[in-house]
Amino acid sequence: MRDELLAAVDLSAYYGERKAVGNVSIAFRRKAVTALIGPSGCGKTTLLRCFNRIHELSFDARVEGSVLMEDQDIYSAGVDPMAIRRRIGMVFQRPNPFPTLSIVDNTMAYGGRGLSRAQKQERAERALRSAALWDEVKDKLRSSPLRLSGGQQQRLCIARAIAAEPEVLLMDEPTASLDPIASAVIEELMASLAERFTIIAVTHNMQQAARVSDVTAFMLADESGTGRLIEVDDTAKLFTTPSDRRTEDYITGRFG
Amino acid sequence: MTAEPRFRRLARFVSPADRGFAAIVVAGSTLFALLILGLFAELALGSWPSIKAFGPAFIWKSEWDPIASKFGALPMIYGTVVTSLIAIVLAAFIGIMAATFLAEFAPRWLSTPLSFLIELLAAVPSVVYGLWGLFVLAPFVRTTIGPALQHILGWLPLFSGPIYGVGMLTGGIILALMIVPTVTAISRDVIAAIPGDLREASASLGTTKWETATRVVLPAAKVGIFGACVLALGRALGETIAVTMVIGNRPAISASLFAPGYTLASVIANEFTEATTSIYISSLIELGLILFFVSMIVNGLARLMIWSVRGSERTAV
Repeated sequence: MRDELLAAVDLSAYYGERKAVGNVSIAFRRKAVTALIGPSGCGKTTLLRCFNRIHELSFDARVEGSVLMEDQDIYSAGVDPMAIRRRIGMVFQRPNPFPTLSIVDNTMAYGGRGLSRAQKQERAERALRSAALWDEVKDKLRSSPLRLSGGQQQRLCIARAIAAEPEVLLMDEPTASLDPIASAVIEELMASLAERFTIIAVTHNMQQAARVSDVTAFMLADESGTGRLIEVDDTAKLFTTPSDRRTEDYITGRFG
Repeated sequence: MTAEPRFRRLARFVSPADRGFAAIVVAGSTLFALLILGLFAELALGSWPSIKAFGPAFIWKSEWDPIASKFGALPMIYGTVVTSLIAIVLAAFIGIMAATFLAEFAPRWLSTPLSFLIELLAAVPSVVYGLWGLFVLAPFVRTTIGPALQHILGWLPLFSGPIYGVGMLTGGIILALMIVPTVTAISRDVIAAIPGDLREASASLGTTKWETATRVVLPAAKVGIFGACVLALGRALGETIAVTMVIGNRPAISASLFAPGYTLASVIANEFTEATTSIYISSLIELGLILFFVSMIVNGLARLMIWSVRGSERTAV
């Protein structure tokens, strides 16, 4: 088993003519948390959205280059994007539970096709436990997810993503819309999830990146607005002795 | 004593422009409330002789004989409700599918002109639908749709008996065509207004577009879609000319949808000019009053249904 599960090779992402991410090559370590940091508009979210082929759902969006998952290019012709998305789950910036489904149905929405009802129920419970939500919702599994707090909703979205049993979990600023306490719960959760999943998390919060990640990648937009990967390193090293001048400027708060 | 001074104190802070604007807004909404009340009063007043002569039995008597001055509204109520139900069932089915396609599946270069064409349907005058119904649809029902339905479902009383072409089924189909644009256009807007992050959340779980549409998007849009259907149903209940031209205009209640019928609006339109006696005129006005109530009851029921749906997921919409 190789140490790297997912890798981008010379990956560029476009919205129409605008190149939002330019020629990024990066490999992600199995069962580690990798943080993508950088100022607003540096393309980190767009890059993340290339990894589960969600980017191409945007209007007029396309991708060049390749993303390898265990040496298979997920952008090659015969690959079904839906099969890829079942292996690579995603958590979004704002909690987005399905409003018309109950809490438990949100978790089982699509996870575990072909399982019996009892098996699904069991898997839902496991996912909710993994998302540290079970104790708070076990008495109201049939009620609407919209009655939960923002932090609980976000953990429900995490449960929904992991109920599909993916290998990779993409998180797009998962705490951006939460208060500090709810954010701390999610951060703790990320650490425990990293035992089972390969996590790639976008964050604009450097403290958060330093707290939760093993590896940090720093991105910056060049003068034409195209996001470039500047530096990738172990989090401890990147935040103490960055090798690129621009990384140092960013983490010391000189811009961004 | 307590409310008035507070109100006056508040008013002192309001600028003349605010006060003027408030007056216009209040006048506008009051005007419409008064119009409805006035309409109701006028109908009630006009139908008073008929109400006095026939009493509540007017509603459940099915005789309509102007020569003998015997009047009962039941066949028209029946015809109105049946044609409108046929229309809304067909229109809801087709309209929701069309709206789903336009909002979720069609590429932009297709959905824009297609939406325009569907909305254009709403601009076709009702009499044109009637002509088309009389010369194209009615013969088609007689020779093709009717026999086919009878072949499959002939054992149901609904599809039994001779097929004339003109009749309640034809009326219902014409109405369906006329209200499909309403259902489609509003449902499409409702579906398009469902936040994109729900679609992305669904897609990110590895679902097909079909699963996303049927399990996430349409359920989230159902209250709005239901509202679109209610609006369309309201139009179907009151639609006059096109139905009058294809329904056969016979004040009778038949189980068969192929049989001719009559609607409240059609009778009024057809017979108003030839109504000679005052009791005849008054009976026609009472039909108008009943139509007014039928529309109100249908809208009320629909609103109750919307509330009950909303009640279970109050925060969802």
